[in-house]
Order: sequence, then structure tokens, then C-alpha cells
Amino acid sequence: MNNHWLILPVAIPAMTAAMLVLAQAYGLTIQRALSVGATAIQLATAIGLYMLAGDGEPRVYLLGNWPAPFGIVLVLDRLAATMLLLTGVLAIGVVLASLGDWDRKGRHFHALLQFQLMGINGAFLTGDLFNLFVFFEVLLIASYGLMLHGSGPRRLRAGFHYISINLIGSTVFLFAVGTIYAVTGTLNMADLAVKVPQVAAGNEALLSAGALLLFTVFAIKSAMVPFHWWLPPTYGTTSPAAAAVFAIMTKVGAYSIIRVYTLIFGADAGPLAGIVTPWILPAAIVTLVLGTIGVLASRGLRDLACYSLIASMGTVLIALGLFTAESLAAALYYAVQSTLTSAALFLLAGLLVNDADGRSPSPATAGPLSHGTLFAGLYFLLAIAMVGMPPLAGFIGKLLILDAARTGPHIVAVWSAILITGLLLTIGFARAGIDTFWRKPQAGARIAATRTAPILPTAVVAAMIAVLAALSLLAGPIMDDMTATANQLLQPQTYIRAVLESRPSAAFVGE
Amino acid sequence: MNMEMLLATGIGAMTAVGVYLILHRRTFPVIMGLTFLSYAVNVFLFAMGRLAIDLPPIVSKTAAGYTDPLPQALVLTAIVITFGMTALIVVLSLRAYLETGSDDVGLGVKPARDDADARRDGAAP
Repeated sequence: MNNHWLILPVAIPAMTAAMLVLAQAYGLTIQRALSVGATAIQLATAIGLYMLAGDGEPRVYLLGNWPAPFGIVLVLDRLAATMLLLTGVLAIGVVLASLGDWDRKGRHFHALLQFQLMGINGAFLTGDLFNLFVFFEVLLIASYGLMLHGSGPRRLRAGFHYISINLIGSTVFLFAVGTIYAVTGTLNMADLAVKVPQVAAGNEALLSAGALLLFTVFAIKSAMVPFHWWLPPTYGTTSPAAAAVFAIMTKVGAYSIIRVYTLIFGADAGPLAGIVTPWILPAAIVTLVLGTIGVLASRGLRDLACYSLIASMGTVLIALGLFTAESLAAALYYAVQSTLTSAALFLLAGLLVNDADGRSPSPATAGPLSHGTLFAGLYFLLAIAMVGMPPLAGFIGKLLILDAARTGPHIVAVWSAILITGLLLTIGFARAGIDTFWRKPQAGARIAATRTAPILPTAVVAAMIAVLAALSLLAGPIMDDMTATANQLLQPQTYIRAVLESRPSAAFVGE
Repeated sequence: MNMEMLLATGIGAMTAVGVYLILHRRTFPVIMGLTFLSYAVNVFLFAMGRLAIDLPPIVSKTAAGYTDPLPQALVLTAIVITFGMTALIVVLSLRAYLETGSDDVGLGVKPARDDADARRDGAAP
């Protein structure tokens, strides 16, 4: 039975983007209306799908009505629904924030954003490894456009790096997919989960090579050490709205790690079970530490936002690396809140810098701000969320991760990494705040803040902080959902059965 | 020399050339390197369904057997995607060259070609 709701998160942005390209001739107002409307509908759809997935039964959509494993399937389980909802919330925030000024810097901002959303939503929904590659490419192509939006020499330089590293990543992805297909003869994730444990003894090495190559790709996407160098120049030079939407792209990498290494190479994968477990935790700890050092060394709010994003990815990946139900639930909770925090931080940094060239504000020109108290207050709240102090959701997320590691063998490494970096992050954020808001301007310094406070982006930042507060207040029920999600992930049999036993709709079959 | 050997060394050589070129610090060799890598991966993908000679990929009444059609479809997709990406990165690097006057891949923006570059190229800018 086909549930056509599942295709909407991909179909709506795809059609909207095409319409937006055509609407270019009719001015910005109509594009904005279209984009906001479509994003709102996507959010509503994501909420609907989240409710639908809440009963724990994975929904399967057969594209072109071809039966699995021959056709491509879209699968909606709790994890996919959670990520879709997060994307929806982030997207509506970014679209609204971009209306002020940022979407005017170049053409086709909204079309590129919708294509980006299409790729992200598709990557979360797909149940096919090669289709995952295709959706990765869709979101990457759109992100190249978004990243360069507004242009400028610095952005072009960083763009060349960003595109090159992702082209290399795509090549490695194809090598991995090719190797896995050569050994197993399938690319459907559920079918792979069945075939991988049965792999012949002689082919195990080949299959592990494929699995680890795939992990490399996801590590590049999630900015895991040693593949994190591309992130700060890219996110630090692009337009604030683009950087805010990019905050979820690292989570696409984390999502793929969760999906592939619980479903395909999970506990039931026979000789290949837990193939990435030895790698992920040490790499994640180094990621967190390097991100923190970057925060301490940053010279402006943009750099600070970039490196704190890397640090938060390190935290998410630490929780992932433990691969227990508690730690996966904590990782999801932390990923959700840190995405919103990072996005809000990028938006706020964008408000505080007049960044025609994407440059960070130097302390000398940060100058007296027109709404200094308001911005300082927002920054203070975001800093609290990012370093993980009470009462916002970052604190609860880190507490959950620490609690998940409490009974395991990695308690010393995880606790010391998270707690020490927490202190260093606090110092880094406090110093950046002092530099930005308290430093006396030099005589004759240029006033860097915008003359009139842009209402919409500021309101979006405030709204995202409100969402963080809500995540914190409702942490109990949300964690119940996240725990159910983690349990569903660790028992992939329901997913596999749902995909492989799905039948084409009779209404469309026939001669 | 059998076909497997030829194919494997071909893929290996192209990958090696690609990696070598990517390590250069000017945009053009890097783009060539990316292109070579994508050629290598396309041939690799083509071979992942095993090598079969004189067998059709689509259903036919007279066929003795079939070669795996899926890799061919995947290769087509991969070729289209890498083609688009290559076009994009060529345009981007050209734009970066025109805006910054240098085709160095480094992040530091130089206002114009520096003297060392001009001397090495042996031509007046």
C-alpha cells in the first residue's frame, strides 16, 4: 500500500524551486510569497509525518510502484520523521530571516534554498544507498549555489575548496557503493541488511573496505576529524542565511552514519557488526577538542559559530559512537538542539557584521550597536545553549550524553572530554562576547551594526531561542520519543520487514 | 594480458593521475585531477557488475545470458552528475581567476598575480 504523503517532502520543494526560477521575471515579492508558503506547507507536512511515524510502524513508499528491492523506496520511520521535522522548523526560520536583506544580494536565493531542502528531505527519506548518493548530490549542488550566493572574491576562493572536497567525497561515495554492490548485488538498504550477514568469507575484506569508505564520506559530510578543515572557510564566508541552513548539512552526515551503521552494519551484521565502532569515538573526541580550540582561537563571531558547530558535531558523534539506546537518544536530542543553536548563532553573527565580503568583525569596528542590549542578550542565551549551561536544551543534551556514558567502559574519556571542553567553550564564548559587546570603540571607528535593527531576522533568532527553551521544558516527553526512536533503530527487523514485504498498489498494476 | 588486468590497471592509473593532479596548488590541474578521478570511478562502477562480453543488458529472446544492467544505469547517473559538477567548478574557478587575478587555490586573496608566479610561467602577465 502506497502512502503518498511520503513523497511530499521531496515533491513540494522540487516543484516550488522550478516555479521560483520561472517567477524570477515577476520580481522578488512573488518569489518570497511562494517560498514562504511552500516552506510552511513543508513544515505542516513534516508535523503530519511525525505524527504518522509516532506509532512505530515504518511506512514505505515504492517509487514508480516497483516492488522492493528492485525499485527505489522511500522509508519513513521515527528517525526520518524527526529529521524532517527539524528541517522544516529550520527552513521556515531561515526563509523568514532571509526576507530582510540576504535574499536580495543575488538572484535565485529562494530557488536554491528549495532545491537544498529537496535534497536534505530526500536524503532523510530514502531507503536506497545509490539514491542517497543522488540526494547528497542534489543538496550539494544547491549548497554550492547558496554558498556562492552574493559572491565576492573570498567566497569564490572558499567555494573552490568546498566544491573540490565534496567532488572527492562523491567519488569516494561511488567507489564505496560500487564495492558494496559488487559483493552483495543489491543497494536497497533493507535488502543489504539481509545480505551483509550472509556474505561469503572470502568477500568480507572487500565489503569492510566498502563500509569504511562509506564511513569516510559520511565523516566528510559531518565534519569529523580529520575531514573538518573545509567547514570554517565555507560557513564563515557564505551569507548568514546560507550558513544557517548549512547547519543541518553536517547532521545529514550524522544521520547517514546512524542509518547505515545501525541498519546495514549493525549488531546483526555477522562478521561486519560494529565495523566503525573503533573509529568513531576517538575521532569524535578529537573533533570536539579541535572544535573547542578553534572557538578559543576565533577572532570574530562568524569563526566562533563555525568552530562551535564543529565542537557540537564532536559531541553528537561521541554520543553516536557509544551505539546504545540511551546514547543514540541523547545524540538525537543534542543534534536537534545544536542545529537550531548553530543556525541562530550564524544568523545573529550575520546581523552583527555588515558582511559584504563575509569578513568577521574586528573588535575595533564592532562599535556601539544600535540595539546593543537586545543583541547582547540574544548572544548570551545562544552562548548558554551552545556551551551547555542550564537552563537551555544544550545542558540537558550534554547531561543525557554524560549519563549514557556513565555505565560504559568509556566513561573517563567521554566525561573528561565533554566537561573540560565545556569549560573552555564557556571561556571562548565569554571572551568573544566581551570583544563584541563591551569593548570600547576606538575614536572614529566605523559603526558596524546595521542602522535600523532588522526586525525579521532578529525575531527569528528570538523564536529559535524560544524553541530551545521549549525543547528544554518538554525534555521529558521529547526524550520518550527519542528513546523510542533509538529502540526502533537498534531493532532494524521491523524496518527490514516493512520494506521487503511491501507490495505494489494493485490500483496501479495491470496490463 | 587478460581483460580484468587491463581494466584494473587502467582504473589504478587514472586514480593515481587524479590524486597526483589534485595535490597541485593551481586550479586547472586540480580540476583535471577531479575529472580523472571521476573517469576512474565511472569505469570502476561499470565493472562492479562483473565483466561480461557479448551479452545484452536488456531482455531479448535470443540472448544466451545477460550482463548486469544496473551498473550501466548507475554509471549514466554518475556521469551526468560529475559532468554538471565539473562544469560548475570550471566556471567558478574562471570567475575566481577574473575577480582575484590569480589561479592559486590558497585562501589568501591576492590582488594580482605575484611576481613569483609570473617568473615561473616565463610570460608577462
